[in-house]
Amino acid sequence: MLLGKLSWDAIPFDQPIPMIASGVVALAILAVLAWVFLKGHFPYLWREWITSVDHKRIGVMYTLLAMVMLLRGFSDAIMMRSQQALAFQAQGYLPPEHYNQVFSAHGTIMIFFVAMPFMIGLMNFVVPLQLGVRDVAFPTLNSVGFWLTATGALLVNISLIIGEFARTGWLPYPPLSELAYSPGVGVDYYLWSLQISGVGTLVSGINLVTTILKMRAPGMNYLRMPMFCWTSLATNLLIVAAFPILTATLAMLLLDRYLGFHFFTNEAGGNVMMFVNLIWAWGHPEVYILVLPAFGIFSEVFSTFSGKPLFGYRSMVMATMAICILSFMVWLHHFFTMGAGADVNAVFGIATMIIAVPTGVKVFNWLFTMYGGRVRFSAPVLWSIGFMVTFVLGGMTGVLLAVPPADFVLHNSLFLVAHFHNVIIGGVLFGAFAGYTYWFTKAFGFRLHEGLGRAAFWFWIIGFYVAFMPLYVLGLLGMTRRMQHYDVPEWRPWVIVAALGAVLIMIGILLQIVQLVISIRHRAELVDATGDPWDARSLEWSTASPPPDFNFAVMPKVSGPDAYWAMKQKAAASANADVATPYEAIEMPRNSPTGFICAFFATIMGFALIWHIWWLVAAGLVGAYATFVVFAWRDEDEQLIPAEIVERIDRDHLAKRRAALASARSAA
Amino acid sequence: MTAVSMPSDHAHHMASVPYHAGPAPKRIIVGFGFWIFLLSDIVMFSAFFAAYAVLVDQTAGGPAGADLFDLRSAAIETACLLLSSFTCGLASIAVGVRRKSWFYVAMAATGLLGLAFLGLELKEFVALVQHGAGPSRSAFLSAFFTLVGCHGLHVSAGVLWLLTMMAQVNAKGFRADIERRILCFALFWHALDIIWVALFSVVYLMGVTQ
Repeated sequence: MLLGKLSWDAIPFDQPIPMIASGVVALAILAVLAWVFLKGHFPYLWREWITSVDHKRIGVMYTLLAMVMLLRGFSDAIMMRSQQALAFQAQGYLPPEHYNQVFSAHGTIMIFFVAMPFMIGLMNFVVPLQLGVRDVAFPTLNSVGFWLTATGALLVNISLIIGEFARTGWLPYPPLSELAYSPGVGVDYYLWSLQISGVGTLVSGINLVTTILKMRAPGMNYLRMPMFCWTSLATNLLIVAAFPILTATLAMLLLDRYLGFHFFTNEAGGNVMMFVNLIWAWGHPEVYILVLPAFGIFSEVFSTFSGKPLFGYRSMVMATMAICILSFMVWLHHFFTMGAGADVNAVFGIATMIIAVPTGVKVFNWLFTMYGGRVRFSAPVLWSIGFMVTFVLGGMTGVLLAVPPADFVLHNSLFLVAHFHNVIIGGVLFGAFAGYTYWFTKAFGFRLHEGLGRAAFWFWIIGFYVAFMPLYVLGLLGMTRRMQHYDVPEWRPWVIVAALGAVLIMIGILLQIVQLVISIRHRAELVDATGDPWDARSLEWSTASPPPDFNFAVMPKVSGPDAYWAMKQKAAASANADVATPYEAIEMPRNSPTGFICAFFATIMGFALIWHIWWLVAAGLVGAYATFVVFAWRDEDEQLIPAEIVERIDRDHLAKRRAALASARSAA
Repeated sequence: MTAVSMPSDHAHHMASVPYHAGPAPKRIIVGFGFWIFLLSDIVMFSAFFAAYAVLVDQTAGGPAGADLFDLRSAAIETACLLLSSFTCGLASIAVGVRRKSWFYVAMAATGLLGLAFLGLELKEFVALVQHGAGPSRSAFLSAFFTLVGCHGLHVSAGVLWLLTMMAQVNAKGFRADIERRILCFALFWHALDIIWVALFSVVYLMGVTQ
């Protein structure tokens, strides 16, 4: 009773694969922890990272979380591809109930714990810098949001060893996800980890909307904001408007499962279609929550590396906001075959095709930005061009699926799987990698190794095509998604080719890890002292790399679009006259462990809810409330950085920049 | 946060575009952010409202709203909540004029009215369950208990927040950050009123006329 449903049976001792996998993960975590404590790094980590409320540090931690979870999600992918390669007229090595958990975990992790934190991390890091301000609107809440996201990721990984994960697919459609058909804890792990991380996402959305609308540098009018800020605004508005629907929907399913309610059951008047409608009323905007920041990244990259302002800035803003609104009007295209009727399907099919128009506007804007520019083909540009080709292809198969009669043939097949990987890998992930390569220098003060970055890109993009083009063919050959084994000989060659593609992608990922390690080792050679390694246009490049805690020693004053470009032109015209800058003391928020402690209690609470350990739920709830009261009781929430220190840091940076620029000139 | 005046060299060619003066004061930022949160909360309620509208006729042979709802009790609940919004407004005025005693009185009245509302709601819920009309009786009752209960949970959290704010003012006085929190609390409390008005109309008034 004391431990609810939890017992030794929850640990799958008889299944070697999860035991070995979780054993390896546990050993890795223990090794890292041992290294941290033995080497005495813990005080540093606690002071500078875990309790940090600096938006840059939190952004880096979000991105790191996404990359670690990418490894987990990708290992699920490679298991699925190898299982299908082996399971021709055979059972393969993954039993059905395990295979179902693998594809459910793959989708859940890749969307919620890779794509989301990657994009939120980049937005967190970049947006305040681009706006020319010193922090986000709610720094401590920002930390709470990050740690709650980490809690969700932790709970998903705990399910690997204690209990099981959902077997329902990444969206738990009832009645399969109801207690009658999924009596285990798998769906509960799914629901509670998403509810907890969903709170984190909402907090982060509110924070960034407020930051963008209320905290821009003097002169930073809306139509002077860099495009990444615009797409971030659209994304975070979508988060605020869409994530509460997810919360409500999952809450209804939880009530069905925990308290015998009848929202989505087969009995007592429950309505299964209501779940499908509600979940996609969140789910379709979610697609744009992920891809809009990527559109912003490509805009920055194309404009910077072409040495030109973004072509059609205003039409880009219009297209972004149009997508923001249209994204709420197409949810039904996710279930054309589920009985809405021809008229309704036609309306949603046409609405879906209309979204292709603003997206097309964007593609042409990027093309014309490059046209006539002196394009430098560095790694971020490679990712961006790779995106443009791949995304247009994925968009076209999307328009094809938006035609209801075609969808009746293709739905639930591997054609669909190929389509959404085509847009999510080609759009979101390539965008994330472009942004990672582009802003890494800003975050750490040295570049990523260029050659390895290019090599990783080529393995990724070729691997992507080898892995997913066969899935289009397989879809047309009639292979449905989520098959544990199959008997059709015509499918087999394509399935094997797809598995080879996954291996190529794996090499790409390995190269990215090697790139990071090599870059850190050679950071002295790859150092960038100028703060502006790409000759870029927006304000984040006007400060040091990495930026000081307060971002800008003197708050920038903006007098037009491409603010930093204008400053550089002006400085060149006035022969770089060194005007005496009036430094002032700067107020910055103090660090706080609130986020970490709150997430600690949220983890306990989530785990206890999954296993029905009610006393522990109450303890977690009281602990979380107490944490907030303690936080609310502190007397000093800000610290003053004296003007002399601001001046010293800034003059130090300016001297280094001058020296770097001078040596660059003499080398040229 | 420093207020930035308009630099003169920009004034002449910026006539058509209003000059953005830089980050807003903290009070504006906090209030604005909290409004965004409230909007997201209202979106969540709208999902529960939608579920209720879909399931309202799915009584599974059990009782419908007309058989169950006591309009008198719901009207008293409404009165309690609307009155508490008024006393909450008085508390905000008391903060403005820095009168601690009036602040306590008004907040205590707000909290008591909130508790009275919760008591009546709890009484209604208990009576329903005792008459075999609990949330697992039918999809309609599931949706009803969830929608009304979610509002009730918000009011409960509001009462806890109210008590915390009274303790904070007692311990720290009307400090700027505490004043901002009271502003957010007041917004929260009024928003719960707005949701209740929709709830009273859609659930109770429309329920008994069916």
